[in-house]
Order: sequence, then C-alpha cells, then structure tokens
Amino acid sequence: MANPIHQFEIQPLIHIPVGNLDLSYTNSSLWMTIAVVLSTVMLSVAMRRRALVPNRMQAFAEMIYEFVAGMIRENIGSKGRQYFPLIFTLFVVVLLGNMLGLVPYSFTYTSHIIVTAALAFMIFLLVVMIGVFKHGFHFFSLFLPPGVPWWLMPLIVPIEIMSFMIRPVTLSVRLFANMIAGHIMLKVFAGFSAGMVAMGAVGIAAGIMPMLFNSVLIGFEFLIAFLQAYVFTILSCIYLKDTVEIGH
Amino acid sequence: MELEAVKLLAGAIALLPLIGVGIGLGLIFASYNEAVGRNPNAAELLDKKYFLAFALTEALAIFALLISLYLVFVG
Repeated sequence: MANPIHQFEIQPLIHIPVGNLDLSYTNSSLWMTIAVVLSTVMLSVAMRRRALVPNRMQAFAEMIYEFVAGMIRENIGSKGRQYFPLIFTLFVVVLLGNMLGLVPYSFTYTSHIIVTAALAFMIFLLVVMIGVFKHGFHFFSLFLPPGVPWWLMPLIVPIEIMSFMIRPVTLSVRLFANMIAGHIMLKVFAGFSAGMVAMGAVGIAAGIMPMLFNSVLIGFEFLIAFLQAYVFTILSCIYLKDTVEIGH
Repeated sequence: MELEAVKLLAGAIALLPLIGVGIGLGLIFASYNEAVGRNPNAAELLDKKYFLAFALTEALAIFALLISLYLVFVG
C-alpha cells in the first residue's frame, strides 16, 4: 500500500540555492502559481464584456463577489467595505487551494501549516496594527468586555488576552488539519481497494465497496473544502470587526 | 507495558474528545431541524450559521484525530 502521507511531500522542481537558503521552485509553488493564474484569467475573462444581463461566466464572477460582499456586510458592517479586496483575495486563495488539491495527482498547498499560518498571522498582525493605529491605547479595551463586575477582572482579562493570542493558531491549524485528515482518509480508502484487488478475483469484487465509499467521501471533501474556505474568511471578518468597532 | 502498546493506548485516549463532538454535532443538527420545522422561512437565515457551527465543531474532531495519528505514527 502506498504511504498516505507521501502526497504531502514537497518536491523541488527547479533548484534555486541562494547562499544557505533553498529558494527552489517546488510543487507547492507550482500549484500556487496555477491558482493565481486561474483566478486572474477566469475573473478578467468573465468581466471583460460587462453586460447588464450577464452570461454564464459573468454570473459566476458576480456570485463570488456577492457572496464575499454579503459576508463582509453581515459580519463587519458598512465600514468593512475597505477590507473587501483583502477578504476577497483571501477567500479565493484558500478556496482554490482546497479545491485544486482534490484534482488527482495535484498538490494541496493549504495542507502545509506554514502556508495557513502565514495567512492567519498576517490577519492577526493586521488586526493589531490597524487597531493600535486607529484607536491607540483604547484598542486594549478589547480585553475588557463591557458590563463585567470589577472583582471578576483579574479572571476575565487574562482569559480574553489568551483567547485573542490563540486566534491565529486555531485559525491556521483548523484549515491545515482538515485538509490533511481529509486527504489521508481518501488515500487510506483507496489503499483498501488496491490491497483487495491484489488478492485475486474475490478481492476485485469486494474491492468495489471501498471505491464506492470513496466516491461518497470525495463529495464530502468538496463540501469540506468549500466550508473551510468559508470558515477561514468569515473568522477573518469577525477578527477584523474588532478594528472598526471598539467600545460598543 | 511495552512502548508499542502505550502508543496505541495513547492514540485511543486522544480520540475521547469525539464523544463531546458527537454530542455537539447531534445538538446542532437537532436544533437546526427543529427550528426549520417550526419556521421554514428561517431556513435561509439559519443555513449559514448552521454550516459555521458544523465546521467549527467538526474541526475539533479533526484536531483529536491529528493528535491521535501523531501519537501512533510519529511520536
């Protein structure tokens, strides 16, 4: 049976050693490039001919736009419009990373914690920086929920600080762990089929069962891929809300 | 006990959070269905919150699975 972890291995395609650093162009970079090219080409082709009655491609582009815009409107409010380009890019990058990973023989770049952690810490630092620049010292009132009695403060404030600091960690681990677990599950069930086929004629008949289950699982994985991209962006929205609404 | 046995046991114990996740997911499905059954017009409003709650709860099970896999195969 093939090793189910093998699919997450990073293989350098073009070696670019710079001093002690290894800046090779890897399969991870290749699929990131594919995602960037795909999203740029698709969205610009879809919006090239702006018609009042949209064709299929334009309707699809508008659907994604409306989805993200609605998410921002509901979670941040009208002041969140300035964050639209950031949130939209974040959603498309994570969604394409998850979806392209389900193409056979592809590589899931969101299955590496360094990628998701970089995205999550970027959001975290952005929230802290915008918060401090906009509200100054007042930003730290975030750690003190309104209406808390004074004698509970020594307990509430450390908990609030902890839950604020742990945000980027949970945000990144949630996405990366979901991708890893889903892909390992698919590979393990495919391995059952392969192992049974090796057992002869009876095995081939029985090997259909895991294969059928796998086709159900891949549908479930498409749901998870979309859902995790949605959760990643909606939590980023909720975190960014702290920068526009303080002391309410 | 042998090291291999301890590893497997640790992996099994790390999966205990699945009890809580199972209860949590059951409550989410139950209350969503009950709410939509009582007021079908609310389905559109509840869908998003329901999916968010489902994904957040399900992620905890994935955390546990990951730690269990780590204990058995890596640690």
